[in-house]
Amino acid sequence: MPLETPPRAGSIRELPEITVASDTRDYLAHAAKQALKYDDYELIVDIDAHLQEGGFWGEIIGLLENDVLKQTAEEMMRGRGGMPLINMQPGMSFQSLAGRVPHQSGPTEPTDDPAKAGHRFVQIVRRTIDTMGLDYQIIFPTSMLHLGMNPMEDIEIYLARAYCKWLAEVIIPQDKRIIGLAYLPFNTPSECEKLVKQYGDNPGIVGFTICAVRHKPVHANQYMRLYSMIQETGKPLVFHAGPHWDDPSFSQLNRFISMHALSFVHYNLIHMTNWIINAMPERFPKLKTVWVESGLAWIPFLMQRLDHEVMMRQSEAPGLKRLPSEYMKEMFFSSQPMERNNLELLQATMKSFNAETQLLYSSDWPHWDFDPPSSVTTLPFLSDQAKRNILGLNAARVFNLPVKRLRPRAAEVLARMNERHT
Amino acid sequence: MPDVIVGKAADFADPGRKVVDISGTEIGVFRLGDEFYAYHNICPHLDGPACQGKILPLATEAVCEDKSSTGRIYSKTQTNIICPWHGFEFDIRTGRHPTDGNVRLRPVPVSVRDGDVYVNVPVRN
Repeated sequence: MPLETPPRAGSIRELPEITVASDTRDYLAHAAKQALKYDDYELIVDIDAHLQEGGFWGEIIGLLENDVLKQTAEEMMRGRGGMPLINMQPGMSFQSLAGRVPHQSGPTEPTDDPAKAGHRFVQIVRRTIDTMGLDYQIIFPTSMLHLGMNPMEDIEIYLARAYCKWLAEVIIPQDKRIIGLAYLPFNTPSECEKLVKQYGDNPGIVGFTICAVRHKPVHANQYMRLYSMIQETGKPLVFHAGPHWDDPSFSQLNRFISMHALSFVHYNLIHMTNWIINAMPERFPKLKTVWVESGLAWIPFLMQRLDHEVMMRQSEAPGLKRLPSEYMKEMFFSSQPMERNNLELLQATMKSFNAETQLLYSSDWPHWDFDPPSSVTTLPFLSDQAKRNILGLNAARVFNLPVKRLRPRAAEVLARMNERHT
Repeated sequence: MPDVIVGKAADFADPGRKVVDISGTEIGVFRLGDEFYAYHNICPHLDGPACQGKILPLATEAVCEDKSSTGRIYSKTQTNIICPWHGFEFDIRTGRHPTDGNVRLRPVPVSVRDGDVYVNVPVRN
């Protein structure tokens, strides 16, 4: 029933449309409310979030250690911006769903004076991790995920070096909650080894990543010394999947959704199959591997498929001393994009690879299919301990992180957000 | 909680909306033609701010009589609100997802009286 003098519009707060220019804290305001529910968890680690490096490309180009490539890139950027050298694929501009998911195209939000508040990217990450309630966030690149397909191998080498330098020397020192992985220019094994030597002892570089969009067999002999070196550091080797519409099979797919749904899984399926069938886990038993951004449904599929065939064709996988699924149960997997439509299937999937100890929460923020921590906390079949493990404690083991709270209390974050609007 | 005025009907664009936070309850109010619709600003997917996203017509596949397709075209009759977190779309008239109608925004009673738009704010537990 209406009151005789109902409240007028002036007594309520209007919420604006979310756009590419929205402040991250407004964009993720609902995640801040969700964070109240896991505020007592010991540690929350997001093992896969992304730099949209287009906004900082000039800085990374500025660190190129090759005069010809640097001049080439600067000349290309002059006047029309863009991301020279990156070998961008056709179709990637469809990621934001024609503007339906604005954060994919950002960030364009204003930030404070970097001299006082830190690098613009650091400011934006701080907004994200406070609002989502994260202690640590591990940063990956975005456009560089496709760099492995660049036919100019020297570009991958020099961009890898420049990116690692920018991340390790410009960004990470500004906030201990921001950590990263060294990008391995996998088309050139000797250069990968140099980066492992350079960053093996760097505490802010917590692992090494192979951006998986590439046509290089991971079992090739030329990589054995690299894997030995990474194993020696005690840091993980992380395979990050990605999209690639130019792959001949995917060129049959006429919509971005089709390519995206298959492509991310495809590359990790291929690399995992080579990794297992060639018995890499037997050769490098202490090397921790993490498989990122392919969702979860592919894991039991590949376990069943490889177990089935290995029993019949043992002579083609003679290095294995156990079934493929048993090796896979000792690997680590990131949670996003979690297929949550059928919870019965998801529960069975998680059981198949012991998610309680092997699954690592990842947001993929700010990409269009990101998962907030609530994607884990709201699963009805997980125990409280399983949620704590997946959200942070498992990642602490893999990435050698201290279990020590660094994030502010969720109520404090919400109070600060309310203050911004009063 | 009683009815609350969220604004003048004449101030709404067509199509248009206003999303308001009333003592912690967020509600999106939409206008399509002469009709008003209201929903909680919570996406059934992962609680994103569904009502604060883009408003666009429903995309449809233009299938000819011979079953060939001439591509996608926008509907002339259905308008959707799109959650900015992940792109879930909902028919503004029904609150339902175009592909799976069981996935829907939670409606809020809305009315127009004497040119003012009222929503009935549910009591919070």
